[in-house]
Amino acid sequence: MERLIDETGAVVGHGLPAPEVLLDGYRALVLARRLNEQAGALVRQGRLAVYPSSHGQEACQVAAAAVLEETDWLFPTYRDVAAIAARGVDPLDVLVMLRGEWHCGYDPIATRVAPQATPLATQLPHAVGVGHAARLKGEDTVVMALCGDGATSEGDFHEALNFAAVFAAPVVFLVQNNKYAISVPLSRQSAAESLAAKGVGYGVPGVRVDGNDLAALTVVLTEAVARARRGDGPSLVEADTYRIQAHTNADDPSRYRDDEEVQRWRLRDPLLRLRVHLTSTGALTPELEADFAGAAEEMAAHVRAGMSQDNALDPAELFAHVYSTPTPQLREQAAQLAAELSGGDR
Amino acid sequence: MSEKPTMIQALNRALRDAMAADGSVVVFGEDVGALGGVFRVTDGLTAEFGESRCFDTPLAEAGIVGMAVGMAMNGMRPVVEMQFDAFAYPAFEQIISHVAKIGNRTRGRVRLPMVIRVPYGGGIGGVEHHCDSSEAYYAHTPGLLVVTPATNTDAYGLLRAAIEHPDPVVFLEPKKQYFTKEELDLHPVPPIGQAVVRREGSDATLIAYGPSVPVALAAAEQAAAEGRDLAVVDLRSIVPFDDETVTAAVRRTGRAVVVAEAPGFASVASEIAARVSERCFHHLEAPVRRVTGFDVPYPPPKLERHHLPGVDRILDAVDDLQWEVT
Ligand SMILES: Cc1ncc(C[n+]2csc(CCOP(=O)(O)OP(=O)(O)O)c2C)c(N)n1
Ligand SMILES: [Mg+2]
Repeated sequence: MERLIDETGAVVGHGLPAPEVLLDGYRALVLARRLNEQAGALVRQGRLAVYPSSHGQEACQVAAAAVLEETDWLFPTYRDVAAIAARGVDPLDVLVMLRGEWHCGYDPIATRVAPQATPLATQLPHAVGVGHAARLKGEDTVVMALCGDGATSEGDFHEALNFAAVFAAPVVFLVQNNKYAISVPLSRQSAAESLAAKGVGYGVPGVRVDGNDLAALTVVLTEAVARARRGDGPSLVEADTYRIQAHTNADDPSRYRDDEEVQRWRLRDPLLRLRVHLTSTGALTPELEADFAGAAEEMAAHVRAGMSQDNALDPAELFAHVYSTPTPQLREQAAQLAAELSGGDR
Repeated sequence: MSEKPTMIQALNRALRDAMAADGSVVVFGEDVGALGGVFRVTDGLTAEFGESRCFDTPLAEAGIVGMAVGMAMNGMRPVVEMQFDAFAYPAFEQIISHVAKIGNRTRGRVRLPMVIRVPYGGGIGGVEHHCDSSEAYYAHTPGLLVVTPATNTDAYGLLRAAIEHPDPVVFLEPKKQYFTKEELDLHPVPPIGQAVVRREGSDATLIAYGPSVPVALAAAEQAAAEGRDLAVVDLRSIVPFDDETVTAAVRRTGRAVVVAEAPGFASVASEIAARVSERCFHHLEAPVRRVTGFDVPYPPPKLERHHLPGVDRILDAVDDLQWEVT
């Protein structure tokens, strides 16, 4: 498994990214962690219906976004709010789905972030299509496609890998192996020696990386992106990480895992080890630390302010986007609803 | 039982009793083991019956249903759980191409006594893909029985009947009612294919199933306050369809409104309206009306109330049934 900085913060490999890159990454980690915490708080206050936290997986979220160019694409899952935010999308736009206002709150074309959706692994063939189209158009776009360990059991995961390999599509598949699919442990998803090994059958190089080590993730994903951009085809990266919190706020992890396991993984926290490393090299000063914390608080305040606003939603939107032009039937139904809403009580 | 059980507990009891009664009944799917299902319908089954009788699978619905087909071919009675309505779609090919057709394909030599449980419908504030009313896809496919309870007693009885049935049953659970507490009557088990008149009435008949039954009953309650006497028929079983009960109920009142959450176009509601129109034409005082969801993808939580058929929309439709001016 690829690892450059271990859980104590010690450097255990060669070819560390430049200190500026790691500092930027650390700053992004601080923001991602703060976003997870803020969203969790909003759920507890009842201002956000549901939030699948990526607490503990922030290094994957941050690295996946950081290695991309502006013209590249990100294909996230529902758990990747922090990755989308790290890509530069306003968290409030991302949270539109989870606060129940619309299915997707950002513009996927403008942001080059595919819409989040819950059907597992179904986004992966789309990622291959976006990459293949880019190559047909002569563009060197790369697509970063995310999924979880559980999703690797779905047929779409396998079809996507196979298509990507056959068409040498410029796709990097990043599996965040956080050890659980809700309650189901990894051992029930796969009997293979690793998830990265699944690439072999498709002719896709697979690599395992410490998913809580931002340095190693950055190196591995940068190389995979470069390979895709060169036209050498897809890669499969398995990030070894852990879902520290419940699947969502509706979940009860005490039914399927013990606290001891969670505590062990807390010690491998992605922020902690990078902070130790950057502090020991002198790159991370108390001033910078305060600066990053300030930026995180500013972001959290922005999220809170936006979430306390009750956005007026127009029910007519229900009919507006189903087709490029609403059908006669939809126009009729829109008129019916409008009449109901203006008619008051029966 | 001191406290009235929820529908979840009624379903859990049905699984437990079926597993105790018949060693070939096996339950599997995603998160049904240690977790007891995301809605806890399978709570405690692994602990009570062991891992071989209730177990988690890899996360793959086509695999789950496909494996159930094979197990049913080899003497078992699989009861599989699809976690939510829209997450059954990866299994669509298995369900449509095999579950529904193997009996016919083999001239009845292979029967598939299996149940596919699907929590369905909206009204729970769920994000996209957690609120679909997917009944029409299944009902449109010959070879599948499609059943949906509206009460806890029916949830228990119909699930027992589905598990005992020699043919494959798509068992649609109205998740909006999962936490409804009601008296549970364990006997008798209603046969699949029998609708029931939930409320007698003389002016018009509301025809509903699953999550729309309580809404129809509420509408009838409200109508009574407004001086109109509405009957309510609960289908319980979409396939087979109980023409007899429905036709008789509509003939008694001469007016009918079908209520369903699913988009109305090419829907189960449309099929009901067509059947009632054909069979009751000479008894009808007005065209049969449908009150359904709009023909839109299921809305986000903050807009779903506009989509779901509610009491007002039902009563507006009833008002439209060409009443003589008095
Ligand atoms: C096709 C499909 N089946 C089932 C579900 C229900 N479900 C939502 S999340 C989840 C577990 C996913 O696990 P994993 O892929 O490891 O991602 P993680 O949640 O750990 O990030 C399940 C079963 C779904 N969303 N889509
Ligand atoms: Mg996982």
